[in-house]
Amino acid sequence: MLAFIKRHEGLWLFTRSPAVMIAAIVAIAILIGAVFAPWIASVNPYDLASFSLMDGLLPPVWEEFGTEKFLLGTDDQGRDMISSILYGARLSLIIGVSAMIIATTLGVGLGLAAGYFGGRFDALIMRIADIQLALPAILTALLIDGIARGILPPEMQQDLRVVVLTLAIALSLWVNFARTARASTFVQMNKEYVQAAVMQGQHPLRIMFVHILPNILGPLLVIMTVDLASAILLEATLSFLGIGLPADSPSLGTLIRIGMQFLLSGEWWILWIPTLFLIALVVSINVLGDFLRDVFNPRLR
Amino acid sequence: MLRVENLTVKFPSRFGDVTAVEDVSMSIDAGEIHGLVGESGAGKSTVGAAIIGLLQSPGYVSDGTIMLGETDLRSLDRFEAHALRGKRISMIFQDPQTSLNPLMRIEDQLVETILAHEDMSTAAAKTRAVDLLEEMGIEDAAARMQSYPHQFSGGMRQRVVIALALCTNPELIIADEPTTALDVAVQSQVLGLIRRLADVRKVGFMLITHDIGVIAQIADTVTVMRHGKRIESGPTAQVLGHPEAPYTKQLMAAVPPLDHKIDRFKVPEDDSMAAPGKSKGDRAEAWLLGGERQVPIGLTLDNIDVTFPGVRTTIWRKPEPFTALSGISFDVRSGSVMGIVGESGSGKSTLAKTLTGLIKPAGGTMTLGGLVLPGGKARSRHHPSRQLIQMVFQDPFSSLNSRHKIGAILSEPLWLYGLVKDKGERRELCADMLGLVGMAPEAINKYPHQFSGGQRQRIAVARALLARPKILICDEPTSALDVSIQAQLLNLLKDLQSAFGLTVIFISHNLSVVRQMSDDVVVLRNGRIQEQGPSERVYQEPEADYTKRLLELTPTMPSTWIQ
Repeated sequence: MLAFIKRHEGLWLFTRSPAVMIAAIVAIAILIGAVFAPWIASVNPYDLASFSLMDGLLPPVWEEFGTEKFLLGTDDQGRDMISSILYGARLSLIIGVSAMIIATTLGVGLGLAAGYFGGRFDALIMRIADIQLALPAILTALLIDGIARGILPPEMQQDLRVVVLTLAIALSLWVNFARTARASTFVQMNKEYVQAAVMQGQHPLRIMFVHILPNILGPLLVIMTVDLASAILLEATLSFLGIGLPADSPSLGTLIRIGMQFLLSGEWWILWIPTLFLIALVVSINVLGDFLRDVFNPRLR
Repeated sequence: MLRVENLTVKFPSRFGDVTAVEDVSMSIDAGEIHGLVGESGAGKSTVGAAIIGLLQSPGYVSDGTIMLGETDLRSLDRFEAHALRGKRISMIFQDPQTSLNPLMRIEDQLVETILAHEDMSTAAAKTRAVDLLEEMGIEDAAARMQSYPHQFSGGMRQRVVIALALCTNPELIIADEPTTALDVAVQSQVLGLIRRLADVRKVGFMLITHDIGVIAQIADTVTVMRHGKRIESGPTAQVLGHPEAPYTKQLMAAVPPLDHKIDRFKVPEDDSMAAPGKSKGDRAEAWLLGGERQVPIGLTLDNIDVTFPGVRTTIWRKPEPFTALSGISFDVRSGSVMGIVGESGSGKSTLAKTLTGLIKPAGGTMTLGGLVLPGGKARSRHHPSRQLIQMVFQDPFSSLNSRHKIGAILSEPLWLYGLVKDKGERRELCADMLGLVGMAPEAINKYPHQFSGGQRQRIAVARALLARPKILICDEPTSALDVSIQAQLLNLLKDLQSAFGLTVIFISHNLSVVRQMSDDVVVLRNGRIQEQGPSERVYQEPEADYTKRLLELTPTMPSTWIQ
């Protein structure tokens, strides 16, 4: 076992940094909780019949009036906080991960092509990226949300909420991927293996995706982790502002928005528990992202 | 003056301590130039770093004594060692680009160093700096001192670095590959300067280099190292001229001579990879010979010009184009080896890129047999020359895609040109081709990083051959390799060339290597042909002044030294 770890640089660094190990444990625990939420959670927060108003505003178990049935207390509707958070994290992660995948595909495709062909095509893509960067991510997301509300019939809006939100987030994040992919592609273009492929007369698509892409995956993987955290935060922000997910299918951001109403009335857990949970999730993803950057960039070691 | 005894340097790693230098002893007197030669990984630079106390962390000296005069260098603490560095020992690095601070004027760098070690006024330090630069052969030093490093040429910059090393009158200077980044003419000036400093100022030099020609030319004594151990040491003429250790003999046999052409290098073949009893590439050989036997074809270049867009200095005027190649015309006879030689910036690589269609020439025509070669992007992906012209690149570490297995890299030309349709057959042929270039067929399941530079270059040769080319372009194929590996690869290229009647264009800055390889030769300088002709004629009776000067200035060793 030890010999195996020593042979793999990344694993070896991993075992030597406690912060990264803790972050990995937290992230994996949250991931498992979110994936298996329907089996772990005691109630389904989307099912109105499964909870009762009578249980409303119960504090966590260690406070006075807390009960063991609701370890972290309940909100004003009587929903179990643990269940809400698990389901909320599930939604947040689904939106975050899909947004990140869409942004990666779009950004890497455009960035690779810009780096490979250069010239006018490159200039065009990069100017679009510049314009995109001039708008804050949240404005882009608001804009797309607004357009979707304008063109979609009202009855579909509710069903497509998650899709619109995901697209809005994805479109505000692709620039990072495009810029990194383009810069890394420029570096690879000067390498002789790419010149060899060009010289042999291989198809540009093959050179881009079979030859160059595997060699620029390192930095892209780092951005993917960091941007996953951004996507989750962006979703939480939009939901917090009330333009994300509605209260009957709460994500973490929606939970925090609901909790805000109780901030000054003594029921602190409704706000603080989902907030701390969100912070733990985002921080651990970012720590893992930084770790990956160190693994892929030997000069920072 | 310097005495090193039983020096051992270790580097802790996660696999336990690695011994980089083991039990090395040597001594250098005042005014002596002591050469330290060896191939990469021999530990020569580590010896230098250990003496000056700049071992890369976490390396440490685990055993031995280092005495400079009466001072025991190992007993010094951090501050004493710091005070001694620069004062009594100085260092000259390989790359003058990076060893000077680009944001500081030369004057400030020199004065800073002098003041750090000596108690004198700034004015006196400036005077000393001017004197030093003049001694180094920099004219008008007082004015030139106001310049920044980038305003000096490579050779001038190295002189500044030497001035910087000398400015506190050190007893010992450690020069780590001081001329490797320089062209021949500049190299000979810098070496002359080092010799003069040793003779006149009685400075001791430790000259670390892989270039045996350089050692032969100026070193008084020499130590040969390998794998961190001392192999042989003594006066240069004795060690290199009449080597006793088998390793030194091998090393000397691998050095390409400049003054005559030899058939093959007498070096042992690298058998470490080729498993006994395995295929020696018979199938691949038959396949290569089997193809449609076309009429042999040569390559003709007629008046090729290449220009690059220049740097725009004002927004009003169009930038002047920069001429990289001008009026290049030559014929490469079918089945012959054309050597192309020139210093850096002469346009050698541009020529290779133009031939392969990576760069579009501004004028002139290229013809391959009867086929006109369009330049740059005008050459379509399906043009027959894509297959007929193949190339072996300079850098074995970047010419193979590090994320692909060797099998995938080698079979690419086979399916791309539709040479072998069946997947299993492609695999077998690739494995066998590896046997032909002297490697084990099992290599197809490995990744490039599992091989050394020389082995990767063999793989690159195999990839080029698998396209069944008529023309093979080798752009500095051995300049990243050690001399013994270079000899093996050159032997391999010679064998393949004669076995398959390949037409080879061999590009190198190394005159000796080109002489060993080529039938005809073209001498390039600043994008123009200085001289061309049969290579033995050019080397024996050079006509152009430039060729004469190049041949004269290239460091060589007495021909009697080579067995």
